[in-house]
Amino acid sequence: MCQACGCSLKADLVREDLHQQRGRTTVVDVLQDLLAANDRVAAHNREHFDEHGVLAINLMSSPGAGKTALLEATITALRERYCIAVIEGDLETDNDAVRIRALGVPALQITTGTACHLDAQLVHRALHDLPLSGLDLLFIENVGNLVCPASFDLGQHRNVTLLSVTEGDDKPEKYPVIFRASDLVVLSKADLLGVLDDFDPARAAAGLRALGRDTPMIQTAARRVPVLAPWLSWIEQQLAERRVAMPAELA
Amino acid sequence: MHELSVCQALLRQVTEIAMGRGADVVEHITIEAGPLSGVEPALLAGAFGILRAGSPATAQARLSIESPAVIIRCTSCSVESPTAPNRLVCPRCGDFRTRVVAGDELRLRRVELREPQSPNGKTLCAKPVVAA
Repeated sequence: MCQACGCSLKADLVREDLHQQRGRTTVVDVLQDLLAANDRVAAHNREHFDEHGVLAINLMSSPGAGKTALLEATITALRERYCIAVIEGDLETDNDAVRIRALGVPALQITTGTACHLDAQLVHRALHDLPLSGLDLLFIENVGNLVCPASFDLGQHRNVTLLSVTEGDDKPEKYPVIFRASDLVVLSKADLLGVLDDFDPARAAAGLRALGRDTPMIQTAARRVPVLAPWLSWIEQQLAERRVAMPAELA
Repeated sequence: MHELSVCQALLRQVTEIAMGRGADVVEHITIEAGPLSGVEPALLAGAFGILRAGSPATAQARLSIESPAVIIRCTSCSVESPTAPNRLVCPRCGDFRTRVVAGDELRLRRVELREPQSPNGKTLCAKPVVAA
């Protein structure tokens, strides 16, 4: 007889691992979202934004699509009328935050180290150092990456994904998760369309439509001869929609 | 490689459940990660192989990943169709207004826990019992 617990196993057969395998197993059905903890913090961030009447826009794209350049042009165009702040996410350096601060707008840099995306907790920590009072617009520039940022809610009100025309018009087909999560797709560097013969905006739009969404797609150019009107009017429209949903004292 | 973050979240969730039930060993974890969840099962399995060692409770745990096929339901003709993750328009009537009814899940479905030794020690070597 086993001396450890009195079962019928012969003593010489009793091994620690065998005992462990013979423990009682309980099966627990859970059915809980794997990112539930992130989503709770994201909801908390959104409450913060709503309390202060801030519209939060999460900007996503592959690296080099022109997120910071678009933000610079946007801030230059809107800073007289709206109070704007930016949270910058990068693996390393505060280069982007420096560029934004040079325009007289508060910018907080999150360096993620090796993490390929921002999550709600990182944004929440950043919010402790970024006063929201008086702000109208908060841009969160996510880490350049068309895969990972799509899975993490940050508490934003709108997702915007940039697709630069130097990247290829089949990106929505290749990265369905991020484009499906977008409220707006921006074809950036559109001033280069004239010299590129392999990017068809209609094909990009068809790929986006194939994701079962009627997500609007607009074109922008942030340098040389800026093309910003559709983008700025989209922002104004979102601000107007937010204001309708806001308590009267914040609107 | 956000699968590492997802895996950390998974292990935290599982450890909380185990602690809440007084179990000290997690034997088996089953999750669902559909093609539209943005999580690559093979990468998640790789991350799990490394991260599970972070706690004695999960060090020997096995992970099963179910990946439900993408199914959409057309809001126009109400037909449900299996489809590819980047073809979410209704294959029957062509309407783009569809709803994903399967394939975007990212959730913990089930954990199998080993209960600790009871005070009299009798259950330690008892025949394994699987309770629902």
